[in-house]
Parts: sequence; structure tokens; C-alpha cells
Amino acid sequence: MAELLQRIDLVGLLAATLVTATPLTLAALGGMMCERSGVVNIALEGIMLTGAFVGYAVAFTTHNLWLGVLAAMIAGTGIAAIHAVLSISLLVDQIVSGTVMNILAVGITGVFYRNFIEQATVAGPGTLPHWNVPLLSQIPVIGPIFFQNQFVTYAMLVLIVVVHFVLFRTRWGLRTRACGEHPRAAETAGINVYFVRYVNVIASGALGGLGGAYFSLQQIGNFLPNVTGGRGFIALAAMIVGKWTPLGAFLASLLFAGSDAVGSRLQIYGVHLPIQFLGMLPYVVTIVVVAGALGRAVAPAAVGRPYRKS
Amino acid sequence: MSRRWRQLLISAVVVPLASVVAGFLVGALAILVTGSDPIQAYSALFAGAFTNHNAAAETLVSSIPYVFLGLGVALGFRAGLFNIGAEGQFYVGALAGVFVAFSVHRLPGIVEVPLALLVGMAGGFFWAGIAGVLKATTGAHEVITTIMLNYISFLLASFLVNTKGLLLAPNVSTPRTPDVDPAAVLVTLIPGSRLHAGLLLALIAVPIVWFLIERTTIGFRIRAVGFNIDAARTAGISVRRTIVITMGLSGALAGLAGIVQVLGVNKHMTDTVAAGYGFDAIAVALLARSNPWGVLPAALLFGALRNGASFMQLETQVSSDLISIIQASVIVFVAAPVIVRWLLRLREAPVQTLQITQREEVETTS
Repeated sequence: MAELLQRIDLVGLLAATLVTATPLTLAALGGMMCERSGVVNIALEGIMLTGAFVGYAVAFTTHNLWLGVLAAMIAGTGIAAIHAVLSISLLVDQIVSGTVMNILAVGITGVFYRNFIEQATVAGPGTLPHWNVPLLSQIPVIGPIFFQNQFVTYAMLVLIVVVHFVLFRTRWGLRTRACGEHPRAAETAGINVYFVRYVNVIASGALGGLGGAYFSLQQIGNFLPNVTGGRGFIALAAMIVGKWTPLGAFLASLLFAGSDAVGSRLQIYGVHLPIQFLGMLPYVVTIVVVAGALGRAVAPAAVGRPYRKS
Repeated sequence: MSRRWRQLLISAVVVPLASVVAGFLVGALAILVTGSDPIQAYSALFAGAFTNHNAAAETLVSSIPYVFLGLGVALGFRAGLFNIGAEGQFYVGALAGVFVAFSVHRLPGIVEVPLALLVGMAGGFFWAGIAGVLKATTGAHEVITTIMLNYISFLLASFLVNTKGLLLAPNVSTPRTPDVDPAAVLVTLIPGSRLHAGLLLALIAVPIVWFLIERTTIGFRIRAVGFNIDAARTAGISVRRTIVITMGLSGALAGLAGIVQVLGVNKHMTDTVAAGYGFDAIAVALLARSNPWGVLPAALLFGALRNGASFMQLETQVSSDLISIIQASVIVFVAAPVIVRWLLRLREAPVQTLQITQREEVETTS
């Protein structure tokens, strides 16, 4: 048993799980801010893809990874802002708007990738540095998992706490949730529903954009078309399975990322198991959860419904 | 012209056409930003879609799956159901149908083809039906369940096509299913091209779906549920049954798209056969404003874009992904007619903003 554990390298596995869960958690946090205010966000995939691309493009041109991270977040807010205008002001169906943003992101990143990056011969900007937190990184087991990471992963750990605090401990969070549950009542109480929704949708873009930076600036140090590969939808799943709470979404992301990490390890060790079934885990769990087994996940009551000011 | 006809003309023709033009203008802007010449790029796009050798036939080939898929998604829209899972239903339909088509032998084509098509439709019906049943019984939102079912179907296809003893063909370099029985192949309409009899099926499917929606009892129920779920329930319509049947039929059309593509074009199945057709179908149905007849021109446009894009990328510096920018912009303009009205200074009564997803949740306690 001990030998097997050593062979599996449990600490390495857990560390890999935390890293893989990074973009999922960040995008899920973004989706949560958005949906808690009453706007569905299935554009997370497009937001992350755009963030990954713009982040890389800026880091590539300026040779500054940090500007890249910032640019990724700004690009995410850009896509989210279009989603906000369409779904809040122009009352477009939020699913339609989100779908359109995903298509648009594929178009924008594909077109500009071909013109500005694909043919470039200069070396890329590399990846964000690993930071070992003094002392803490020396702790056995905990250290290698939590305190020897790169920026985006640290940011995710901090943002889980921040988003939880904002949503459940501040006046802004109360207003956000009021807009998501009963916008008419919120407006009667003097809350500017449009403003609250705009800010939250745009904030979700920043979080999703940071999640996108994970792919191009932390993980591979390059951009490839469709690099996010559907992770935005797994993040959506994590948000739902986590019942629209930051901690829940983080745990769900860990579960999904963990199954991913286990799958790739089993493959390396030549265990013949159809990895496709392990890959199905996030999707099956999500269906089971929205169907109400495993404790029902209830979305904010007004989510998905355009609000017309009275 | 009466006011009513004028409004219909605006919402069904002027707004979609203006949206397409505006979409191409946005695309031109993107081309300019990348430093290429929009006229050159669009000329190549047009040549690749229509005037090159066999291009028109190839455009029709690409349009065929869009017709079936667009009809399927539009059918769902009419009941207020947002079927994002057309891509997955395409896969499951193709998997089910291809299994029949390569397993049967020594039967005449007149038997094999309909058999494979029916099994493909059944596969799509079943896969979308899962989302329908979940919505009807538990209220699980079909957008979420169909997204998840999409990914499950991709992995399922990957598993089946890559596993010995299941659908993997013996002695092939890239994993794929065995070839379908020659009798099950859809005949070629124009020798020397890939244009197959699926075109005729697509042309027949449009009036059938129109008739189903507008002239049958189930169609009436579909529209009633889409129009007002409470009124439908009060009128004695079983909302749950209508939801399951609508999702199923929507999926059956997507499954039909899958098996027609396999029998007409690929002749076998790989795990990448759909290549985004099902996702584009959402845009096709939106552009058609959920009208079966509108699906035809919308599918033709998307087929032309898809087909012309690769030639444009070959001839110019512009990436074929440009068509995604065009498609996204077109849908924005269609979905938010306010913008087009403002651009064209149309002073008619407001064109209704497209609203698809249910405003009311399905009552699951009653």
C-alpha cells in the first residue's frame, strides 16, 4: 500500500489537481457573480479564450508577463461588457447573447492569431515564475501543494475568499443577490438593477479573463487556437455543482480537475481503463445535480430573465 | 400594403437581410484591422463558395446538415426550449445509424438507407429525450443538460470509435468505424461532385416540419407551450409530454443530420465528424427566426460561408475563423432588432426582441 502510494505520488497528484482546478475555479467565480445578479453567463468559454489570447499577445509584444495578465483581464471584461449591453440594455435572450460571445471569441482569436502570432519567429514570453512562499513552502505535504505555485493559482486562492466575502458579507453582495432573486423588489427598494448587473457581469469578465491567462501565461507560455478546449463549460458545471457558492465551486473544480489528473496518470502507468468515462465525470455529476439527486441546486430565481425597467 | 404585412416583411425579410449585410461589414472591419483587403478576401470567399470548380455543389453539401440541424433547433425554439445539444445529438444519431449501416449486408438500398436513417433519428430522439425527460420531471434546465450531454456524447463517440470489438474498424491507421455497406450510401446527384441525395431529403424535411408545427395537433401544443406555458396548461395541454416530445423531435432532426452526413459524405464515422455543425445550427435557427422556411436560406448562407472560408484562407492572409466574426455579428443584429431599426431609421412599431427561453419554470410539484 505504502509502495503504491509512493508510486502514485499523492502529493504530486494533489498539487497537479490544484493547478488544473485554477482556471475552472476562476471562471466559476466569475459565472457566479454574474448569475447571482440575475444574468446567465454561458460566455465563460469565450471570455477565457479571449483572455488567453489577448494576454499572450500583449505579453509577447511588451515582453512583460504582468502586462499580459492585466490585458487578459481587460479583454475578459471587454467580452463581458458586450454580453452585458446585449442582455441587460437590449434585452436580448441571455443564452443567445452568451452563445454569440463564444462564437465571436473563436472568430477574433482565430483571425488575429493567424495574422500576428502564428507566423512570428521571435521567442515567446515564457511562463509566470514559480514563487515559493518563505517558510510555508517548507511544510511537508501542504507546502508543495499550496505554496510552490505560480501567480494565477495564488490569485485564485485569494479570490475564493474575496468573492465569498463580497457576495455574502457586504452591502454590494446583498444588492447583487436581491437583483438575482427579485429585481422588481430590488428596484422598489432603491437599487439600480441595471447598474448592479452591469458591474457584476463585467467583474465576471475580469475573473474569466484571469482564468484565460492561466492557459497562455502560466501553463504553456503560448497561445493555440481553442486552447481553452471547453473548460469554460466545465467551470459552468462547477458553479452549478457548487450551488453558486465560492467554496462549493472550488471543491467541485477540485473534483473535476482531480478526475482529470488521475486519468492522465493512469494512462502514464499504462493502466488500461477507458479514460473517456473518467472524462465524463464532470458532465454526469452536473446532470445528476441539476436533476435534483445529490441535493438540489437552485439557481437564483430571476436568472435568465431580462429585466425591463418600470 | 397593409400595416400587418409591412411589419411581417420587416421582421421576416428586411431585418435578417440587413443583419447579414451588417455582419459582413463588421467582418470587413476586422479584415481591415488585420491589414488585409476586405474586397479581395470577400471575392475569394465568394469564389470558394460558388464559382470555383464544384464549389456550388460543395456549398450545398455543407448546407445539408445545417438544414436538418437548423430545423431541429428551430422546432425547440417554438416550444420555448433552447436545444444547445444539437452537436451531441448529431453524434449519437450518426453513431447509431452508422452501426446499422455497416452491420447490414445483402439488403437493397431502398431498405438499408431508410433503416439507417430511422435508427439515426431514433438515436437523436433518445439523446435529446434525456434532456426533455429531465426538464419535464425535475425542471432541470435544458440548456445546462444539453451542454453536458454534448460533452458526454463526444467522449462516448471517442470511446466507441477507439475501442476494439466495438465500433473500431480493423487495420486502419486513424481510428474510425468500418465503411458503411455500399447499398446504404446515399446516391450522388451530380457525377464528379460530392453532392448527395441528402439534399432532396433536406428539401422534403422543410415542408414536413412546417406542416408539423403549423397544421398538426402536436404542432399546436408546441406553439401553445412556447407562447404561454400557463395558458397551455390551463387549456388542458400536457406541458410535460409536449416538452419531452419536442426535445425528442428536435434531437431526431439533429440525429438525421448526423446519419445523412455519414451516409452521404464520410461513408464511415470518426470521432470528429460533426466539426461544429451543431453549434452553428443555433445561429441558423436564430437567423431563420425559428421559421422552417427561413432555415433554407440561413442554411445556404452558413454552408456557403463554411465552404468559402477555406479557399479565402488559402488565397489571402485572412483566417477562415473570420466567418465566426461574421456569424456572431449577424446573430447580434438579428437578436437585437433595435440596432437594425435604428440603423435603417425604420419607424415601425418595435420589432419584438427575440425571447426564447422559458420565462416560467415548469411546475414539477403538481
